[in-house]
Amino acid sequence: MLQDRTKNTGGFSPAPDDGLIICRCEEITKGEIRRAIQDGLLTLTELRRFLRAGMGLCQGQTCGRLVKSILARELGVPPAALEPVVSRAPVRPVEMQVLARDQEIDHD
Amino acid sequence: MTEHNADVVIIGGGIMGCAAAYYIAKRGASVLVLEKEDSIGSGGSSRNGGGVRQSGRDPRELPIAMHGIQHIWPTLAAELDVDVEYCQKGNLRLGKTAAQLKILESLTQKAVSCGLDVRMISGDEAREINPYLSREVMGASWCPTDGHANPLLATLGFYRKARQLGARFISGETVTAIEKIRGRACRVRGAQGVYAGGTIILAAGLGSRPLAWTVGLDVPLQPLLLETLVTEAVDTMFPQMLGTAAADFYGHQSVHHGSFVFGVTSGYEPYARPGLPRSSAGAAAAACRSILTYFPALEHIKIIRSWAGWIDDCADHVPVLSFTDEVPGLILACGFSGHGFGISPAVGRLLSEMALDGRPALDLSALRQSRFAAK
Ligand SMILES: Cc1cc2nc3c(=O)[nH]c(=O)nc-3n(C[C@H](O)[C@H](O)[C@H](O)COP(=O)(O)OP(=O)(O)OC[C@H]3O[C@@H](n4cnc5c(N)ncnc54)[C@H](O)[C@@H]3O)c2cc1C
Repeated sequence: MLQDRTKNTGGFSPAPDDGLIICRCEEITKGEIRRAIQDGLLTLTELRRFLRAGMGLCQGQTCGRLVKSILARELGVPPAALEPVVSRAPVRPVEMQVLARDQEIDHD
Repeated sequence: MTEHNADVVIIGGGIMGCAAAYYIAKRGASVLVLEKEDSIGSGGSSRNGGGVRQSGRDPRELPIAMHGIQHIWPTLAAELDVDVEYCQKGNLRLGKTAAQLKILESLTQKAVSCGLDVRMISGDEAREINPYLSREVMGASWCPTDGHANPLLATLGFYRKARQLGARFISGETVTAIEKIRGRACRVRGAQGVYAGGTIILAAGLGSRPLAWTVGLDVPLQPLLLETLVTEAVDTMFPQMLGTAAADFYGHQSVHHGSFVFGVTSGYEPYARPGLPRSSAGAAAAACRSILTYFPALEHIKIIRSWAGWIDDCADHVPVLSFTDEVPGLILACGFSGHGFGISPAVGRLLSEMALDGRPALDLSALRQSRFAAK
């Protein structure tokens, strides 16, 4: 979808719940996510790359929906309008020695 | 269709496009970046292994790598106001057999003759630098000024800062042609608009080749698939960048975070299925088997994510950074051949100089596109 990123999204204004931890694996707060969005990180994929939110041990299974709703609210669009993120192998974390013994890894 | 204008129009929002946009905007010129994907940095720039190395680089590319490491990387985090996780604690390239040590020696000799501080060390010296190395390691080449950084943060860091300085970014716009007026490249046609620029920079990775064709130029690029693994974050073990003479893996532990990032080779890089880059079935397992022979202590660390990415391998494995006689107004910046990340800040600055001053501060004549002209 064409997106001119020059458009102002309103700027960051502090909120009382900014200290709330959203991504527990990587310890990312709501305030960090909101600030990144106002800094121009406008997709779920970019937020993952910039903050590692949803990129820890659980790979976003816990916080994925929360991050999505924060992004949707900051951009003023419905959550369903946001492009989904990609899940990648392995489905569950796997020790290097286990993977080394396996010949295969399940892939998306 | 609306017409947009900028002093410089950049095709491709990877790290090269974002870094060039930053240095151009910093000098007060107007710049517009066009990226076909919805997210900035969706090509190799967010998929690479983060190596910031001089050792192993071709003599034609080495001066750019050295320039970046001496003058840009050390202060990049402060400049971009983003922790790019740069760590300059050296590169160990490991050998386990006499034949592998020979490979390392010849690489080392070449680099030394180019003025790089790199030398051969014994297995025990290597284990002093990195106590986690197994007894299988017989020797290594050691370049103390090499290092690593986080490519995702660096790419988006350049984007974020460029945007703050007024650079304009349009994502979701696929460029279909470069257009000339009176012989000069001055316009870019996209699926949804037309964009006029005093100078056009073509930095679209593999996408650069078909776009170069639209103005009658060719750059011999071939897609190769590389793969990467990342582990959970663990306590700090060692800061060096790693490589091997066998080229069975490379990698590092991210500073301030603790995850390991490993580059993986399948042996079938040129034969990968075209289209979206996909991790191959056996490469991750094979890489883990190799890694554990060098670093047995990593056995219980968990892999949490794997991915693959295309590289734009140039016929002679060094990039094209070039004006051309045929198409004035156009700058080619592609063919980074799987080692563009380390040089990207320096390339961004050189591109800004080419676009705004008409010439780069370093001599790039060895990287001209005309080197591929029929002899
Ligand atoms: C798995 C892997 C590991 C690597 N490891 C290392 C390493 O350790 N060290 C190192 O130095 N380098 C490494 N590299 C190489 C490095 O990632 C690249 O050289 C570098 O990112 C190139 O940046 P770029 O901006 O030229 O290309 P890209 O990041 O590919 O950006 C090009 C952009 O252009 C866009 N585009 C393409 N066509 C069009 C079009 N028609 N219109 C609009 N936009 C278009 C693409 O969507 C893309 O975003 C690795 C690469 C891979 C894949």
